[in-house]
Parts: sequence; structure tokens; C-alpha cells
Amino acid sequence: MTKQQANWSPYDNNGGTCVAIAGTDYCVIAADTRMSSGYNILTRDYSKINQLADKSVLASSGFQADVRALQKVLAAKHLQYQHQHNKQMSCPAMAQLLSNTLYYKRFFPYYAFNVLGGLDHEGKGCVFTYDAVGSYERVGYSSQGSGSTLITPFLDNQLKSPSPLLLPARDAVTPLSESEAIDLVKTCFASATERDIYTGDKLEILIMNASGIRQEYMELRKD
Amino acid sequence: MFRNQYDTDVTTWSPAGRLFQVEYAMEAVKQGSAAIGLRSKSHVVLACVNKANSELSSHQKKIFKVDDHIGVAIAGLTADGRVLSRYMRNECINYFYTYESQLPVGRLVVQLADKAQVCTQRSWKRPYGVGLLVGGLDESGAHLYYNCPSGNYFEYQAFAIGSRSQAAKTYLERKFESFMASSRENLIKDALFALRETLQGEKLTSSVCTIAVVGVGEAFHILDQETVQALINEFEIAGEEAAAPDQAGVQEPAAADDQAAPGDQGAAPTGDQGAAPMDM
Repeated sequence: MTKQQANWSPYDNNGGTCVAIAGTDYCVIAADTRMSSGYNILTRDYSKINQLADKSVLASSGFQADVRALQKVLAAKHLQYQHQHNKQMSCPAMAQLLSNTLYYKRFFPYYAFNVLGGLDHEGKGCVFTYDAVGSYERVGYSSQGSGSTLITPFLDNQLKSPSPLLLPARDAVTPLSESEAIDLVKTCFASATERDIYTGDKLEILIMNASGIRQEYMELRKD
Repeated sequence: MFRNQYDTDVTTWSPAGRLFQVEYAMEAVKQGSAAIGLRSKSHVVLACVNKANSELSSHQKKIFKVDDHIGVAIAGLTADGRVLSRYMRNECINYFYTYESQLPVGRLVVQLADKAQVCTQRSWKRPYGVGLLVGGLDESGAHLYYNCPSGNYFEYQAFAIGSRSQAAKTYLERKFESFMASSRENLIKDALFALRETLQGEKLTSSVCTIAVVGVGEAFHILDQETVQALINEFEIAGEEAAAPDQAGVQEPAAADDQAAPGDQGAAPTGDQGAAPMDM
């Protein structure tokens, strides 16, 4: 007598890849715009990136319905915070909020693989990486999603972050300049697109620095 | 209004068909410091007198942002007002979460009114002791509502509540017909003039008042002190011996625009007094 298996899953994986890199005074967050289901492409033009606050941007791959729901919950919480404190949430505060929000659904998780990027209190770039239930860590760079296994080893090679266990504490940010970091991100996605079927179509990049936020796009292979 | 044997409980009617506890709650609004609202086709301005208890303390917050498109000015028990503002903010956030569009002002004030009504029909509750001037924008234009502790609400072209509000209402009654077509600047000017009326001779400076604006393409925000002072200077209305003689003395409270003034159920307003202790 074999165990009965569910014949319906509440989840689906819409694929896609997200990357973020923290610099000394900037932060780059990027994600592809392909949304798929199984072997089909649902759309080539879906943004996985959402600006939660002045200095916090969230990129999430996984099940986009859950991602959208998560974004709405965070937006509502952020509005409440602003009413109470008369100011925007900082990126580290948003990072903790995201972690708590994810753990809140520990027993029916958001199928979302998140990378939060932004600027901290000192104006330095910060990147936080998460698992589906809210375990998070501040890092110098991160990649999540279907292409992450292809991109992370490459970023390790180019940017290796010092371990957070080292003493004295070392800076996680990369010494790369902003334009070098952007080029690196473009290279990552071009490579991941070659071998990951769920990554491609178009790359959306958000660059955050002291002067604000700007967007860049790059075409990727459509096959 | 004097003490009588029907005023202990909010759930006790008087033989004349009045709920005295509710009327007493509306008295609390009249004792609070003045709050004024006016609207045009595209903007709503809320203004209030902000007097601190002593030189050492800060002043009471009386204008609250509820959402980008709605703000509220309160008079009366400011603690009750704060709690109701929090309720309104949550309602707006939840509505937006569900419908991804702004909560229409008219819906919000009904919810607020229903919430106030509950407190007039439960023996273990007391009515909210605060009057709210809710100003906001939605698809049908700019709106100004007054929500009363009784659970009543009315829409207004312009209104004033709190102590010495009669003086402001007199001014507004003279000018309200021009408000609909008024420009944003003139609307603020009229708000400042009306506010000055309630100060009864005291100098109008940005340190005693707070002004907030919401309009088409302009999210609700409170104007900062410098801006307000600049506007006061510009309109040259600081002095009490102003060119425009607005002191019309005591006048009968005529209806303001849409609806008859809610008034109090039969009780005559007991003359104007200074800002009462309960306001703080």
C-alpha cells in the first residue's frame, strides 16, 4: 500500500533568476523578465523587481502569485510604518520585516526566493538574501532562482565575499565600480541564459545610489 | 444643558427623545480648539488652531494624514481622534490591498459614522468625544465631511468646529459661494482668514496654526511652518485690525451648503469659552 500523493499542488514555479551586488556607494539589482510554467513561456515581459521603499528594492523569483501577494503585504506594512514613524523604512529594517513576514507563513510558505537590495544608513550598498521561510543574511552579492546555480559560482570567482564569521569584521561590499558591477551582471545573465531554459528574453537592472534609482534594460536570448 | 435623571447612561432615552450622553459628547467637541475645513472643485484645505498648554510643552497634533488622498482634522478628545485616525488608516490600507484602488472618501465616512453609532447603543461603551473634519479626493471630486460623535455625518462646502468656531463659520458663510471655483492659493487664504476669526484678536502666526492641503495631483500633506508664515505675511492677515472687518458679532448659525447644520438636538450652544482642558 503506497502512500497517497497529492494530485494538486498549490504552487507553480514561474522560473527566472535574480541577482544583486552591493558596492561601496551603490547597489545593483537585476532580474530577467521571462515568466514560464513547465516548458511554456507565459510572457517575455514580466518584472520580478519591486521597489518597496526609498532605499529598498526586492527581486523575487519562484511562484509569481506568491511573490505578488508578498509584495502587497510588504507595501501595506510599509505604509503603516510610515504613518507611525513619519519616515520611510531603512533597508536593514525592511530586511527584518521581510524575514518576519516569510516566517509568519512557515507552515504554508510563500514560494518566493528573494534578494533584497538597497542602501544602508551610511549610504553603502547592502544585499540581503533569503530562503523561502525567512532565513536571511547580509551579503556582498547574491543570486536566486533557476539560474542561480550557474551564476553564483561565477560571482564567487569574481567577488568572493569575506565570511561573516571572520574577526575583525570585514566589509562585504565589492571594490568594483558601479559600471563594472553592471557589466558583471550583464555577463552573468548572458551566460545563464545560454544554459538555463527558464532565463532569458530581457534583463531588467535597477541601480541605486546617492542620486536615486535608475533602470537599464538589456535584450537576452529568446530561446 | 443641566444634569438630569436621564443622563447617566448612553442607553437611556429622555422623555423628550434625547440621548443626553451623546449630546454631552458633542459638547466635548465644542470645547476643543478650532478646526476648519473648506473645499473647492479640486482641493480641500484643513486648518486648525494649535495652542500648547504651556510654553514648555509641544502642541497637540490635530491633523492626521490618513492616506495620500484623505486627511482629517479633529476637535475634542484628541486621544479618541488619534485612535479613529488609526482606524481610518487601516481601512484605507486594507481597501487598497483588496481592490488596488483608493478608498472613496464617502465610503470611509460611512464606516466611521457606523463605528460612532455603535458607541451610542451599547451600555458598556461611551461615544467618541471627537468631531472629525474629513477632507479627501476621489473619482467624484474633492469632498469635505464632518463626522459627529452621534454617528451623523454631513458633506460640507466649508465648516468649522471647536471653540469659537462660530466666528469662523460666520466668515465662511459669507464667502462659501466662491469656494467651488477658488484657486488653491485663495482657498488657503480663506482658511487662514477663517482661522484668524477664531483667535479673537490674537496675532495669527504659523506657530499657533497648522494647515494641510490635498488636491488633484497633490497628495495630502501638512504645510511646514515657513510656508505657512510666508502665506500669512503674503496675505497680510497677521494683524487683528485687518482691513476686512470680519467681526460680525454673534449670528444665527445658518445652514452651510448641502445639508442643514447637524446642530445639537435642541440644546442651545452655551457661548464660546477658551480652549478647555479636555482638548489636550
